[in-house]
Amino acid sequence: MATATHIDAHAHDDHDHEHHETFITKYIFSLDHKTIAKQFLITGIIWAIIGAGFSAIFRLQLGFPEADLSWLRPLLGKWIQPEGSLDPQFYLALVTMHGTIMVFFVLTAGLSGTFSNFLIPLQIGARDMASGFMNMLSYWFFFLSSVIMFISLFLETGPASGGWVVYPPLSALPQAMDGSGLGMTLWLVAIVFFIVSSLLGGINYITTIINLRTKGMTFSRLPLTIWSFFLTAVIGVLSFPVLFAAALLLVMDRSFGTSFYLSEIYIGGEALPNVGGSPILYQHLFWFLGHPEVYIVLLPALGITSEIIATNSRKPIFGYKAMIISMLGITVLSFVVWAHHMFVSGLSPFLGSIFMFLTLIIAIPSAVKVFNYLTTLWRGNIVFTPAMLFSIGLVSVFISGGITGIFLGNSAIDIQLHDTYFVVAHFHLVMGAASSFGLLAGVYHWFPKMFGRMLDRKLGYIHFWFTFIGIYAVFFPMHYIGIAGFPRRYYSFTNFDAFSGFTDLNAFISVAAILTFFGQFIFLFNFFYSIFRGKKAPLNPWKSNTLEWTTPRVAGHGNWPGEIPTVYRWPYDYSKPGAEEDFIPQTVPFSETMDSNLPHENDMIAIEKEESASEIVVDGAKGH
Amino acid sequence: MATTATVGNKSLWAGGVAPLKASYGKLMMWFFLLSDAFTFSGLLIAYAFIRWSAPAYKGNPDDFVFSTEYWPIPEKVYDAFPGVHGQEWPLVFVGLMTFILILSSVTMVLAVEAGQRMDKKGVVKWMLWTIIGGIAFLSCQAWEWAHFISGSGVATIGDVFLNGRWVEDYEIMGAGLSFNQYGPPAFAALFFFITGFHGFHVFSGVVINIITFFNAANGMYEKRGHYEMIEKVGLYWHFVDLVWVFVFTFFYLI
Ligand code: HEM
Ligand SMILES: [Cu+2]
Repeated sequence: MATATHIDAHAHDDHDHEHHETFITKYIFSLDHKTIAKQFLITGIIWAIIGAGFSAIFRLQLGFPEADLSWLRPLLGKWIQPEGSLDPQFYLALVTMHGTIMVFFVLTAGLSGTFSNFLIPLQIGARDMASGFMNMLSYWFFFLSSVIMFISLFLETGPASGGWVVYPPLSALPQAMDGSGLGMTLWLVAIVFFIVSSLLGGINYITTIINLRTKGMTFSRLPLTIWSFFLTAVIGVLSFPVLFAAALLLVMDRSFGTSFYLSEIYIGGEALPNVGGSPILYQHLFWFLGHPEVYIVLLPALGITSEIIATNSRKPIFGYKAMIISMLGITVLSFVVWAHHMFVSGLSPFLGSIFMFLTLIIAIPSAVKVFNYLTTLWRGNIVFTPAMLFSIGLVSVFISGGITGIFLGNSAIDIQLHDTYFVVAHFHLVMGAASSFGLLAGVYHWFPKMFGRMLDRKLGYIHFWFTFIGIYAVFFPMHYIGIAGFPRRYYSFTNFDAFSGFTDLNAFISVAAILTFFGQFIFLFNFFYSIFRGKKAPLNPWKSNTLEWTTPRVAGHGNWPGEIPTVYRWPYDYSKPGAEEDFIPQTVPFSETMDSNLPHENDMIAIEKEESASEIVVDGAKGH
Repeated sequence: MATTATVGNKSLWAGGVAPLKASYGKLMMWFFLLSDAFTFSGLLIAYAFIRWSAPAYKGNPDDFVFSTEYWPIPEKVYDAFPGVHGQEWPLVFVGLMTFILILSSVTMVLAVEAGQRMDKKGVVKWMLWTIIGGIAFLSCQAWEWAHFISGSGVATIGDVFLNGRWVEDYEIMGAGLSFNQYGPPAFAALFFFITGFHGFHVFSGVVINIITFFNAANGMYEKRGHYEMIEKVGLYWHFVDLVWVFVFTFFYLI
């Protein structure tokens, strides 16, 4: 039995972590990747409630501009004007904070932070991350950044209000608007800490995947989740530093009198002394991060989906290699398309067509992935777990949102559509909804491993249908509104006659958005209730092949009580013809599955034998 | 370790081994440097963007005078040398600085090499030289900044800040973040920010070098059985050196 006799390369760091753990080292300053993952998850959930709550408030204003919102006064205080409407400045602050929170705190930290941390060591067969200490630091920098951003919500002048992209000059001149004052400063400070956190995390993920894979876990046997986390981390390590540079220059402009982004500006008829800079420079630097960032948000969700769809279709993932290659393609391309966010910034039309070309190429790997999901589902023995439903939902919204991306990628069409609700619809479907679905799917799927208990299935189904229908009800109509010319980030449209025909549609969107927001409380209840009261989970509830299901129900620090298992095959041997069961875990050697082996797999048996033989010799020598 | 050997003869990437033959710490250092390289690239691209959107000086270099109308010629700005007055030594001082930094990289290589031989004395000696090189570079930069700030001319901002002599109505010489005597304001802002950011890296490097120097001298690495820490610090130091070459090229040569 090779699994039992093999020698564990990491056995030396297997000392008893269990014995001297206090509450603080176990739950707060923990070095265990599983605890850190849960910390990221819970913090992300709290942010998600705040961020989604903001959107509910500003949708109220957009859908019912005439409504009396004084009942919100206990919560918002002076931000509700005396006549009962929302303060316009605060509306901008809400939109800005909604975007910032969702993109960075929920879908970057909450998604990557949770699942990269949780799954990388478990699925590659490692005891922990390469550096548990840096991993802990990564969480605490994120926490610090969260605290600063949270404090900025309560400022007299309000939080940052220049949009989540914080373009100068609006963000660079404190006198430009209330939200460009202290709120903006805190925003920048928080983002700098956030970048530090994500670099610490990303460097750790990459190194762990390269160095700590268990025996037999080659790159071509890695689950697609790990591939996606790996590439996400690579993107993050290369793009966040550029945002760092951009943010530092912005800090200089704001507080130290330089003019990197400022030139020839008049405020109240008076000229400012700043000359020589360019706000377009900021846009280039920002979108060099900004576009890769959308893939940082999306790729982990796609990886999670690959895993869940293959498991629950009881079929090998279709096109494993194609999946990897398309993710690699997306990674590379994501760095060379940023200027499609700047088609109408005065960019030279010639450059515009180059970026258009590069942008449209991304549709190819994206489509490859979509087709692979569909062909994996095709004629599978589909098990509709809540996780599976969310994964299928992800594929659906990814298609709907991806198609509008192709519209926007055309520089000529973008002149009409830029900064309208069409863009809002595009990225909420393809990024917001798709990644949130990935996050939720991941939670439903790995909850048993995280907490040792099951989530309630029925509540999961209700939650899914509520969310799925809600998302389309909110974002589908936005396409029409966008084509009709509604600009995004406007406080009110009542002054424009041209828009009066869409009042009902706007109200409809708002109702749908608020209902969908409340629908999420079903999930929240399910989540927190099941942590303590859920049904105890079996060891391998989804009959899955990957390594995490070979750990005990509640794994301690170090993950496997004995030796780390050895891997003999890829993770997608589902419904293999000739096999006894419809899944063969990665830890089962080919020599034990003679009936289902393919010809080239029979050849592997010799290698397996050779290896375990040499191990037994070593075992003898060591006197086991 | 035996497991390593059995897998090693099949494939480095088969799992259970460190395929790049590098410890996780060294890999992390590499990836950190990669990301830091992107930060510097962002800054240097910002420099290039602003530099080439400003008007260039078109006339004969011999008739060059400072003006905010066009970007200055670097040789005319950086031509001072400590103790030398009234003569133009273009780029000599910065050349010296660069030389010192490169020399400190060489001594760092020697420290790493001594570490591989487990030669504690060698490590301590060469680390010390590297630290001295780093401090020398920083001191040169301090002089260069001071000179750049106070400028040349009758009244300088040095007079205002240091001597407390507030003269009304004169032309300020020297440079600050939002104005300077040499050219467009962005010229000085970029200079201070980017060389400052690099200088901060050098400073951190010196601090880290001092820590490892003491650890090496106290025999900590000897006890550990290897001097890998010196190698990691060395990677960082070489990186900072390499970045300087780019900063130097951007600011002083083109
Ligand atoms: C077929 C692939 C895609 C194409 C061709 C595409 C194209 C575009 C274009 C041209 C814009 C700029 C629209 C404008 O501001 O006028 C845009 C905006 C955006 N896209 Fe995509 N996109 C694609 C896929 C994605 C994916 C997969 C994501 C995220 C996971 C995404 C997220 C975003 C976001 C967040 C914005 C708006 C940013 C903002 O202005 O606030 N896109 N997309
Ligand atoms: Cu983009």
